Amino acid sequence: MREVSVNQIIDVIQQLCIDACLYLPEDVKDAITCCREKEDWEIAKGVLDNIIENYEIAQRDQMPICQDTGMACVFMEIGQDVHITGGSLKEAVDEGVRRGYEKGYLRKSVVADPVRRGNTGDNTPAILYTDIVLGSQVRITVAPKGFGSENMSAIRMFKPSAGIQGIKDFILETVEAAGPNPCPPIVVGVGIGGTFDRAALLAKKALLRDLQTRNPDPYYADLEREMLEKINQLGIGPQGFGGRTTAIGLNIETMPTHIAGMPCAININCHVTRHKTEVI
Amino acid sequence: MAKKITLPLTRELSRTLHAGDQVLVSGIIYTSRDAGHKRMCETLEKGEPLPFDPTDATIYYVGPTPAKPGQVIGSAGPTTSGRMDAYAPMLMSVGARGMIGKGARLPEVIEAVKTYEGTYFGAIGGAGALLAKSIKSSELIAYEDLGAEALRRLQVVDMPLVVIIDSKGNNLYQQGREAYLKSVTADSGK
Repeated sequence: MREVSVNQIIDVIQQLCIDACLYLPEDVKDAITCCREKEDWEIAKGVLDNIIENYEIAQRDQMPICQDTGMACVFMEIGQDVHITGGSLKEAVDEGVRRGYEKGYLRKSVVADPVRRGNTGDNTPAILYTDIVLGSQVRITVAPKGFGSENMSAIRMFKPSAGIQGIKDFILETVEAAGPNPCPPIVVGVGIGGTFDRAALLAKKALLRDLQTRNPDPYYADLEREMLEKINQLGIGPQGFGGRTTAIGLNIETMPTHIAGMPCAININCHVTRHKTEVI
Repeated sequence: MAKKITLPLTRELSRTLHAGDQVLVSGIIYTSRDAGHKRMCETLEKGEPLPFDPTDATIYYVGPTPAKPGQVIGSAGPTTSGRMDAYAPMLMSVGARGMIGKGARLPEVIEAVKTYEGTYFGAIGGAGALLAKSIKSSELIAYEDLGAEALRRLQVVDMPLVVIIDSKGNNLYQQGREAYLKSVTADSGK
């Protein structure tokens, strides 16, 4: 057994929270600049230029790219030959988030109760997902998720007879309904299959994949290209002011499901699609 | 070319602005979002005064990140305005004329904008580092217990905004998209 102490995990998560909020991933930057080149609507070009200037200022001045520094979504792949020592894993994750949001001057946006509200004051708890995998490493991804876009996400339990057309219509309907609210240009994460809950998790994980990497299954890779193209014909444009660039990326993740169902979840993210990974 | 304007947003100034105008705004604005709006409206319902004079005031829907030592403010972009729709008409009824945010508004807010000849400005969502550059001072004036949602008075210089809904009720979200789609159809017809 390889031993990994909770202190290592706390340190790594603290830094990942800060870095994710300051530095936009390169693939997201590339997608934005690529869309800027293709955009020919005047006001849309101006908005995209401002978005590029914004992430450059953020990086240079160490200022969060967006003030909504999100709920900290933490994904851990823990090798089955790892023994975590020195305390509770869940508490270590929350401690890393607590320290990261404090030391990084990030906004604390978590309320203790969904109905009665009340800010927890330290952005905990994190949303933690753990997978047990082969090996002796711990792979940690922190993805701070803003709620302007989270609020525009949707899930539907389709009958299998709805088929691929049902899913295509649902994607376009969801982006249409979101309109200017999720800070377009957006990234669309689609999860198809599994159960009600798993479809939503697949959609969230789809947002973590490199925007230039297509689904390994050519059927879904084609669907990703087709739906991105169709979304960019809606005319919503950057910030909803009109234009071509409504989405900078669309990723689909799938898994087997039940003979009676076809769950589909759509998780919307803004152009500040943040995530950072480190391996211990 | 962006037009420079100076607040307060009087009825006369508001009338000169049109949906789609790019403006550089200078002057005093007030920050408030979900919990702050709820509290302001409860205050008004009790017949008590707001923590600031709402006459011709502009409210920015923002919850900034904490300022680092030496900074005026942290990252400070707009939050989704729709969550303030329940409160905006009441604030306009006591004199607040301008709103800065992002995203769609309900018909009753658009009606209030027309009634009071107000203006709904859009700031670029997700551009909090860029927008912070135009904020020159920040003073906490009320609701400190709400943290990021506290009420602040900001002095801004050349804050880059776009007029989304003007005093006549014209809406850039409709008009901008229609104009773009029309241009695409026109191109493909050539």
